Amino acid sequence: MTKNISIVEKVHSANDQLASENKQQLNQAALFSINIMASPGAGKTSLIEKTLPLLKSEYKIAAIDGDVATSIDADRAAEAGATAVQINTGGQCHIDAHMLQNALMELDLDKFDLLLVENVGNLICPASFKLGTDKNIMIASIPEGDDKPYKYPAMYQDVDALIINKIDLLPYVKFDMDYFQKGVQMLNPDLITFPVSCTTGEGIEEWVKWVKEHIKDKKVS
Amino acid sequence: MHELSLTEQIAEIAIRHGEKNSAEKITDLYLVIGELSSVIDDSVQFYWDLITEDTICAGAKLHFQRIPAKFHCQDCGKEYQMVDGELAPCPFCQSSKMDILQGKEFHLDSINIV
Repeated sequence: MTKNISIVEKVHSANDQLASENKQQLNQAALFSINIMASPGAGKTSLIEKTLPLLKSEYKIAAIDGDVATSIDADRAAEAGATAVQINTGGQCHIDAHMLQNALMELDLDKFDLLLVENVGNLICPASFKLGTDKNIMIASIPEGDDKPYKYPAMYQDVDALIINKIDLLPYVKFDMDYFQKGVQMLNPDLITFPVSCTTGEGIEEWVKWVKEHIKDKKVS
Repeated sequence: MHELSLTEQIAEIAIRHGEKNSAEKITDLYLVIGELSSVIDDSVQFYWDLITEDTICAGAKLHFQRIPAKFHCQDCGKEYQMVDGELAPCPFCQSSKMDILQGKEFHLDSINIV
């Protein structure tokens, strides 16, 4: 005889559980952490390369780089002054909480002040998998087009900060900033936004200031 | 592509509850998926058949209940939905300030077992 069993369990519950374990571990170490999400080529690694030189004299920084294959990004982060760990996701389009947990084991967390997690380049999947980091941020870049908030709402909804990269290309590319910002505002009204260029360095200081404030707050809390 | 990991999680939840209830077989799964949750039914179904082959879920039917996205306009207070799957400003006052009332759901509601 058929019996109906009521469950009502979130499909993401297993991942969410591991994410909260990660959060606890990072809190114990008073380590401020950022999950960086973006499409391929938006400038995740470039942002890390631009950010590290402005922080590394004051703070110890670890970077965890997720990629489908290769260690190119981790090598670039290490070159810029971070202790880098590479996660090869073996074809998976995002880092999940379990992968981050394994990567955290390779680091002596108490020794660091800032952890940058570079997610796999993708605008859909990483949004669904919480990692347990303090902040989730995304990078949108000008050449990707101004319609991305409308096409990838899930990604824009839950992030804590938005970096708009490659603003040096604005004169050469069709990109309606008002239309873009309107889409962002619909999904995430109070989102803090940093227009930057990782090529010219414009706007990077404001972003780094935000990171520094959060590192300090985490130490005190 | 993330449908593979999601499908594995769905199977894990279903099997755990099935075994707890001494199920011989799971015949149906009722999933609730919000319009904003970026989950594609067809891919879930595709992976489902592959990964449950040798489990108590083998051959189980997946039922998808789609929840349309619903918004509440912060300026005029009216509620509205997406048109043709497109995000748009409030159709009543054109404001782009809104709260999401529903559409982000993604859970396994119930299963049928024998």
